[in-house]
Amino acid sequence: MNESAMRTLDGNEAAAYVAHKTNEVCAIYPITPSSPMGEFADEWSSVAKLNIWGTVPHVMEMQSEGGASGTVHGALQTGALTTTFTASQGLLLMIPNMYKIAGELTSTVFHVTARTLATHALSIFGDHSDIMAVRQTGFAMLGASSVQEVHDFALISQAATLESRIPFVHFFDGFRTSHEVQKIAMLSDPQIRAMIDDDLVLAHRRRALSPDRPVLRGTAQNPDVFFQGREAANTFFDATPGIVQKQMDKFAKLTGRAYRLFDYFGHPQAERVIVVMGSGADVTREAVEVLVQHGERVGLVQVHLFRPFSCEHLLKALPASAKAIAVLDRTKEPGSAGEPLYQDVLTGLMEAQQNGCLPMGAMPRLIGGRYGLSSKEFTPAMVKAVLDELSKAQPKNHFTVGINDDVTHTSLTYDEQFITESAKSVRALFFGLGADGTVGANKNSIKIIGEETDFNAQGFFVYDSKKSGSRTTSHLRFGPDPVRSAYLLQSATFVGCHQFNFLEQTDVLKQAAKGSIFLLNSPYGADTVWAHLPARVQRQIVSKGMKLYVIDAYAVAEKTGMGSRINTVMQTCFFAISGVLPREEAIAKIKGAIKKTYGKKGEDIVRRNFEAVDQTLAHLFEVAVPQATPASKTAAVGESIFRAVIPAGAPAFVRDVTSRMMVDEGDSLPVSAMPVDGTFPTGTTQWEKRNISASVPEWDPAVCTQCGMCNLVCPHSVIRSRTYSSTLLAGAPAGFKAVAARGKDVSPDLRYTLQLSVEDCTGCQLCVEICPSKNKEHAGRKAINMTAKDPILERERASWTFFNTLPSNDRNVVDATMPKDVQFLDPLFEFSGACAGCGETPYVRLMSQLFGDRLIIANATGCSSIYGGNLPTTPWTKNAAGRGPAWSNSLFEDNAEFGLGFRLTIDKHTEYARELLKRLASDLGDDLVTALLAAPPKTEAEIAAQRVRVAALMGRLKGIAKPEARHLESVAEHLVPRSVWALGGDGWAYDIGYGGLDHVLASGRNINIMVLDTEVYSNTGGQMSKATPMGAVAKFAAAGKKLGKKDLGMIAMSYGHVYVARVAMGASPRQTLRAMVEAEAYDGPSLIIAYSHCIAHGYDLKDGLRQQRLAVDSGHWVLCRYNPTLAREGKNPLQLDSKKPTIPLEDYAYNELRYKMLSRSNPEEAKRLLTNGQAYINERWKRYEDMATQPTPAA
Amino acid sequence: MNLTTTYMGLKLKNPLVASASPLSHSVDGIRRLADAGASAVVMFSLFEEQLRQDAAEMDHFLSAGTESFAEALSYFPTVDDYAVGPSEYLDILHKASQQAGIPVIGSLNGVSREGWVDYAKRMQDAGASGIELNVYYIPSDPRTTGADVEQRHLDVLTAVKEAVTLPVAIKLSPFFSSMSHMAQRLDKAGADALVLFNRFYQPDFDLDSMQVMPNLNLSTPHEIRLPLLWIAVLKGQIKASLGASRGVHSALEVAKYVMAGADAVMMASVLLKQGPGYLATILKDFQTWMDQKEYTSVEQMKGSMSQASVADPTAFERANYIKILQKYKAEYTLDE
Repeated sequence: MNESAMRTLDGNEAAAYVAHKTNEVCAIYPITPSSPMGEFADEWSSVAKLNIWGTVPHVMEMQSEGGASGTVHGALQTGALTTTFTASQGLLLMIPNMYKIAGELTSTVFHVTARTLATHALSIFGDHSDIMAVRQTGFAMLGASSVQEVHDFALISQAATLESRIPFVHFFDGFRTSHEVQKIAMLSDPQIRAMIDDDLVLAHRRRALSPDRPVLRGTAQNPDVFFQGREAANTFFDATPGIVQKQMDKFAKLTGRAYRLFDYFGHPQAERVIVVMGSGADVTREAVEVLVQHGERVGLVQVHLFRPFSCEHLLKALPASAKAIAVLDRTKEPGSAGEPLYQDVLTGLMEAQQNGCLPMGAMPRLIGGRYGLSSKEFTPAMVKAVLDELSKAQPKNHFTVGINDDVTHTSLTYDEQFITESAKSVRALFFGLGADGTVGANKNSIKIIGEETDFNAQGFFVYDSKKSGSRTTSHLRFGPDPVRSAYLLQSATFVGCHQFNFLEQTDVLKQAAKGSIFLLNSPYGADTVWAHLPARVQRQIVSKGMKLYVIDAYAVAEKTGMGSRINTVMQTCFFAISGVLPREEAIAKIKGAIKKTYGKKGEDIVRRNFEAVDQTLAHLFEVAVPQATPASKTAAVGESIFRAVIPAGAPAFVRDVTSRMMVDEGDSLPVSAMPVDGTFPTGTTQWEKRNISASVPEWDPAVCTQCGMCNLVCPHSVIRSRTYSSTLLAGAPAGFKAVAARGKDVSPDLRYTLQLSVEDCTGCQLCVEICPSKNKEHAGRKAINMTAKDPILERERASWTFFNTLPSNDRNVVDATMPKDVQFLDPLFEFSGACAGCGETPYVRLMSQLFGDRLIIANATGCSSIYGGNLPTTPWTKNAAGRGPAWSNSLFEDNAEFGLGFRLTIDKHTEYARELLKRLASDLGDDLVTALLAAPPKTEAEIAAQRVRVAALMGRLKGIAKPEARHLESVAEHLVPRSVWALGGDGWAYDIGYGGLDHVLASGRNINIMVLDTEVYSNTGGQMSKATPMGAVAKFAAAGKKLGKKDLGMIAMSYGHVYVARVAMGASPRQTLRAMVEAEAYDGPSLIIAYSHCIAHGYDLKDGLRQQRLAVDSGHWVLCRYNPTLAREGKNPLQLDSKKPTIPLEDYAYNELRYKMLSRSNPEEAKRLLTNGQAYINERWKRYEDMATQPTPAA
Repeated sequence: MNLTTTYMGLKLKNPLVASASPLSHSVDGIRRLADAGASAVVMFSLFEEQLRQDAAEMDHFLSAGTESFAEALSYFPTVDDYAVGPSEYLDILHKASQQAGIPVIGSLNGVSREGWVDYAKRMQDAGASGIELNVYYIPSDPRTTGADVEQRHLDVLTAVKEAVTLPVAIKLSPFFSSMSHMAQRLDKAGADALVLFNRFYQPDFDLDSMQVMPNLNLSTPHEIRLPLLWIAVLKGQIKASLGASRGVHSALEVAKYVMAGADAVMMASVLLKQGPGYLATILKDFQTWMDQKEYTSVEQMKGSMSQASVADPTAFERANYIKILQKYKAEYTLDE
């Protein structure tokens, strides 16, 4: 047995490490939570890391998982050892190829981070619904429960697939295992080498298609032989369990880590047994071991090989003493006789009984239950509840555990106080902001402790669903015993709160153990902080006998040049006071880690971090904790001191359900609180005042020209404008700002107000950057300036409330192509959780302003579906009349088709409504019917008039007792034209959804497509798409993208009947507005490609609009509109809206890290790609210019 | 005709040196300057502050938004090997010093003592023939005294001289209360050359956008006056070589500088305008001029019109200023 190197890493890296070592080709596509596996493989190949045969695997990013699996299939058919990594919907897209690959007995391993399938909602989190959806494909399925098992099973499955010829899905729980950091024993190259039999590799290659020994595979067969052919492979499947066990045994000899297809843990004569697989098995094992110590006869069977399901091995694993068995499934199959694992175990036992080989004297009682859907916590307490249920005479079957099902009463109750965490471990819980570096610091701490001490280490990280101002929670465990606690900390010996205001927002000390340590980043010193703590926190500290330490981490970070990154400071504090390591040793190790982490980033960075470490110790103080909390304070404040998060005026659903999610209490919501079909009310972000930015813009009416630009570019719809009669100012609160409205023929009575919702502002500064008005006395100040929020908060809060009582401007008099007018259209998309300074949301908001009350949106999965539809609160909202965008997300790959479906319904129902109108004309009155059937309304005024007519129609229909009248009532709203938009990013439009998008464009139907082009997969973390420009660095293009950006606009123009516009709001707001209005008005398919700056571009997003302008000035982004209507009028349909490039590409590109990075990693290549990129731009400009100046036949 | 000169201890084939400019941003560019006849090239300046800012920016933007959102825990691929710090600069310096066939002088603008010393050492290791300290520094802080500014120059020079064995030049601004005294102190502190003078960043205003425009205009021939004056004054007063910088657009300025006492005459603006090949034209014209004036060597010319050499030394001092004004007034009156 070899001595193994220990490393701390996460499940994804553990799997990818082996996959990269044992394959020649990886074809992948990013999907959460498996994306890092592909990224690791790509990065390793890009730095020429070798596989065990001394060659570098090729990694290819595909356009979809369907494409990836097809490529895998092809690569396998031609003899390469090939793998892929995926999850969830991605795995579903691979199913057709999986049948083929298995049917052709082809050796491969798909590494899958098991993730929830989208049903009533999408979820990125973990359960087994995806892997259960491929259990019928013929793939073998091997499930790992921990990071170590992931590492080991990646190899065992590779060895087993080569020997068995059965392809494998190697799966592990998404996030819980894929993202959990654990200290594991790494497999050495010799160990890997020893597990892979080269004769089998050569045999795999010999089966490849080759013109030198041609064969035919993939025939079409007829009823005469297909069946027999399907049965012909039986022996291979039959042999697989034995082969896997054989490989496991071989592995055990090499590494000392022994596994069985079904592993049993617990009392040798257990009477109650749980059967479970995945990370839940580790939790079950931890609980069982404690219960056995307490004398209970309980045990568990951990399922490793799920397919082929070997009843024989299962029966061997089950103790003969078992009287009651509970099978736990991490999935739900509505309408089934039971979930899959339950059914398999039941079948196995029944068959054994029928065959007389049941090891137990009598058939045990068998029940099945569901747990842990979408990463719902699964704890030892829940395990105990299941085992307790097994003790009952009539245990509940088809139960659930972990939720409160108050509707169908499936759930088991459990005792939250049953905690089994090891007393010997250090358990540290950290609350931080995404932006403050807390998670990074904790990952670093785990590495230090895991790799430089004998302790075992585990880290798990929880993120909230917002992309700006997001909160993180880190759960760390260290100790001498193996860590099997695959659940969040329940009892913390150390709590770090890295943001003082969290004390008011969440119960940070809920999990604090008695005698634990509390580290608080506090602007108040040791002598004054106590008085600033909420009473609840004081009481918790006193009653739990906690030690309290404070540091002003932001002051230390600022002083040492670290800016707002307090990671190093807080990490040093943790080591200084947690006692995990002797202080001096810990400091030395932190510095060592800093050198390792930041060494390549520059000496200055290292020096500043060192300085931060040293300064930290001088600024860390213990607080003298009083013996008791003053009774008066306790009594006055009471138990619940959370500020009232929801204003009284919020709708009942928001008050009762949404608000609970907002204060991290969503887990306690019962089943009855949930909509049955995933339908939610819109307009809920307005109730979640997140207050994430300490500095916000303030309007200076004296300088303002009322141009509306700030309003236009605000990504969070925080800036609103209205004009109104001065008489309405009567009830205005003190400090409410209003000035005389500007403009031609404006009544002197008319007032103008630009109002900000400062509580919803993210502080991105785009508004300040775009503001063209300068203060004449102070050139540095504009009509809108950043200022500290706290001093103006109360005034602005009152002003915002008052502002919303003012009537909305009349839409009929607004010129929708003028920014100064558009500011008066109410946005129906507001306060999303998008990144501060997001480049996409201004377009989305604009769409809601222009067409919101008749807008229906198909939203592709991606950033826009997350900031548009991720709970707890969502930004799409309604106007005063209760109308607003209706929104839905189907999938990533089908969005254009999904939107086309909307169109087809609308067209059909409009047609049907018109038919019914004619049929009922005599009942309804010819005048009304004629008016309703006149040419479809186009302008705002015409639409308003049609709404009035439809209302009249509905009134008259009530009095008509004919079936047609009821039908017409159901479709009459279609007489007001709807605006259908398919919305999504470049990953959807250029890659995964391109085929569908193309078909929808070709359909000629009236659908509008908005592509928010960030030139990269933003939502999954910056992977290359076909929209990525030449020379830019992205994941899967670490060496810079070699080829130019796909010209989606030009492709669409080639149809001739598609309206196409390429826009960049920062370069030309008017052109953007014109394009949106024209696209919507065009009776046919329209495509708008909108330049969207993005955090993945690597620069300060406050400069996003300037970069948009430079993108246009350099010719990288040619503004244009192609309007087929013009062609019909005999004009050239293509209008160029930007000028010939005026600056070199470099002047635009090298402001962004995505381009600049290559100049640092490979200057020569960067230069080459920049030159080629410039040539590409020049050539493309010429092409566009030629097209735009071509004489038309009429001319 | 002997064009050779000795500048900061380096034997140069002629006095024409290409000073720090974008032309030396690449090995090719340096080679082109050498091909045109430059006797040495001062490379573009390595700005410590910029390197620090670049490194900080890279770090900031690589980590911005990371570990915040479950689906996107990072936004860039992990690239193990990328250059921050002076490696790109040093790489060009190293290659150019091997390929150009003429001395390549590194130019350094530091902010910290460690920066000055460390980068100077690295330039030496990379093969530089000398180092020019570009003490580009606008003392806008009212707490900084003139003495502080002077001491800073001396400290930097001393620190670098201690750290390297190469000759070290220091490029100065003209804004010292007593230039001669300062020059002498630098000379005593071991400067191998003084370069007169640096062109400072002097921003302009855009009145339409009400913005400060950070642009740098190219020099014009009339700018030689100030360096010419001080070279003429300092010639003979100090041991250090004198490098002339600013306003060289033709052979005439070269001749003037050499006659004032410059050991090397540096140019950048003219080469940026006309291309690096124009140095050959200036060199040829200079030779022609020398020929016409029957000079046989640069050494013969050098300092021939320095303050110590001219018939009327006071022409370089205050009286000179008064006279010019008087003369100007007289001419103006005449024109009336």
